[in-house]
Amino acid sequence: MSTDTVSVTGWGRTAPTAARLVRPRSYDEAVAAVRDCGARGGIARGLGRAYGDAAQNAGGAVFDMTGLDDIHAIDVDGGTVLCGAGVSLHRLMEVLLPLGWFVPVTPGTRYVTVGGAIGADIHGKNHHVSGSFARHVLSFELLTADGRIRMVDRGTPLFDATAGGMGLTGVILTATVRLQPVETSLMSVDTERATDLDDLMARLTATDHRYRYSVAWIDLLARGASMGRSVLTRGDHAPLEALDGRTRALRAPLEFRPGRLPGAPSFVPEGLLGRTTVGLFNELWYRKAPRARVGELQRMSTFFHPLDGVPHWNRVYGRGGFVQYQFAVGYGQEETLRRIVHRISQRRCPSFLAVLKRFGEGDPGWLSFPMPGWTLALDIPANLPGLGGFLDELDAEVAAADGRVYLAKDSRLRPELLTAMYPRLAEFRALREELDPRSVFTSDLSRRLGL
Amino acid sequence: MKDAFGIPQSLLVLGGTSEIGLATARRLITRRTRTVWLAGRPSPGLESAAAGLRELGADVRTVDFDALDPDAHEAALGKVFAEGDIDMVLLAFGVLGDQSHDENEPGAAVRVAQTNYTGAVSAGLVCARALQTQGHGSLVVLSSVAGERARRANFIYGSSKAGLDAFTQGLGDALYGTGVHVMVVRPGFVRSRMTEGLAEAPLATTPEAVATAIETGLRRRSETVWVPGALRVVMSALRHVPRGVFRRLPL
Repeated sequence: MSTDTVSVTGWGRTAPTAARLVRPRSYDEAVAAVRDCGARGGIARGLGRAYGDAAQNAGGAVFDMTGLDDIHAIDVDGGTVLCGAGVSLHRLMEVLLPLGWFVPVTPGTRYVTVGGAIGADIHGKNHHVSGSFARHVLSFELLTADGRIRMVDRGTPLFDATAGGMGLTGVILTATVRLQPVETSLMSVDTERATDLDDLMARLTATDHRYRYSVAWIDLLARGASMGRSVLTRGDHAPLEALDGRTRALRAPLEFRPGRLPGAPSFVPEGLLGRTTVGLFNELWYRKAPRARVGELQRMSTFFHPLDGVPHWNRVYGRGGFVQYQFAVGYGQEETLRRIVHRISQRRCPSFLAVLKRFGEGDPGWLSFPMPGWTLALDIPANLPGLGGFLDELDAEVAAADGRVYLAKDSRLRPELLTAMYPRLAEFRALREELDPRSVFTSDLSRRLGL
Repeated sequence: MKDAFGIPQSLLVLGGTSEIGLATARRLITRRTRTVWLAGRPSPGLESAAAGLRELGADVRTVDFDALDPDAHEAALGKVFAEGDIDMVLLAFGVLGDQSHDENEPGAAVRVAQTNYTGAVSAGLVCARALQTQGHGSLVVLSSVAGERARRANFIYGSSKAGLDAFTQGLGDALYGTGVHVMVVRPGFVRSRMTEGLAEAPLATTPEAVATAIETGLRRRSETVWVPGALRVVMSALRHVPRGVFRRLPL
């Protein structure tokens, strides 16, 4: 087990803190790591894609779980996989796609671990149909503060506290996940443009249920009549018959071949992504999208994970890093959503790849983020003057509408708003107090928000 | 913990009646700061400073601290850190002295040096170690443009700030990579109690402006902050003026 003191940040590269990085490679080493983590506790970390400080632990230990990456068993007929918590969704796709199975839920990146997917209870473009990741987890093994390894089944309080619990109930060691059958590794995608926010919301409301996957890219720099103009991409896994005439694809319909571009350089000048550059990008992105196109075949990586093709894309924001802001408000709160989009576009926040989607039914995780309603995600350079105060004002609107912000992306929420946003927080705190009275599992996020 | 913009939730001000210290505290309280420790010699001034910050909604506590008593620093500051993480330490104490008087009164000159330099060395090191144990936090030190080049008019004060400035830079290098951020702040002439009755220098500034610059520096994780920013250019020019000329400049 290697140990190093390193400076750790989230994917947004803000607020670095120092921690001892411990990399367990077996159950015994994981138990030892938790037992010996010291007075400032420890927190599990996967591939570091949480944007904020959820997998940092200043002055304490960070357990790098990517060493526990065995795929233990695949039930090819039943469609389940039992794997180590450190396995990435990328690896699962590589292994499972040729067998005709896909992960049940994937976020905008394949480089998240199964443990992290449960800890943040991630969602994808199919939330309105399939719910969040933990809904497809049958059970997991959890290493708790007392050094015990427990088998946790779905439907139990410990399961629901851990799903979305940001790693604060323990360290997930393995999980059994139910999979999604697919016939090909291609996606059949419909693209259309929406001229403004109302048009977008009307289209999504009317037709979203027809698609398994659905997402809208929204131009938050567009103002006036075109405020909220966007490009909708929606689709499903392409069935075998959709490959008619594409002989190469037919020869290997389940091949997984994500493209990869050169990575972002390690030094990028500050302010590269300003209003001008992002405005130009947005204009181009909107114009290049077809007004309407049906049944286009796309690679999975293009449809789900466009940014994964550029390693270290988070560096393009420069040394100051960036803040990802994602909130959800329930159905019936469309006015709040409109107001917030209006405020963002008025303020001219240079955000590219802002995304709007509809959530389906809520998930059982006590601190799970999705709720039936709308969610908007955007990223903004952290060095934008006055950004902190502006986002605080948006938080207040979100909380007043009984909405919430996503903890896996948060790096700046005011702790006072947390109980309003997550009504089951009291239960979570009580369970944590009982299970881990000495707060062995601690992160910068939990210190900052008093989770 | 600090948020993505470097704003601390808890703050320790060394020199709890310092106008710049309090202006900074006020500004940070309007952002995220909820817990403030004011360290200083017990006095009605310290208590009323604490009361003023409490009115803004912060949880404010005071702790006995005397820059001239370095032997007590370990115990006094240890008590603060034992109560919980401190996200930012602002080293704001210092005295200007009276140059013409102090030149003839070596004892008084030594007191200026001991307050501004020796006291800061001991308090700075105690805090640096505690921050390093935490694995995070900012140590913000109020230096001065006077420390950049000694002037005939206030070289006693200037030399003490020069020592403090060099000490802080070295400490920042020593703490690089430990999660602790060290920032030197070099204000020019600040209109405050300290400079009351003195002739105002060009580019004079206010405690509030210094507080604003500190907030920006925290966001950018800067290592050096000049207030106002134009002084960076002015001082890099003055630094290279030959001594014979510099001595005769009306500074």
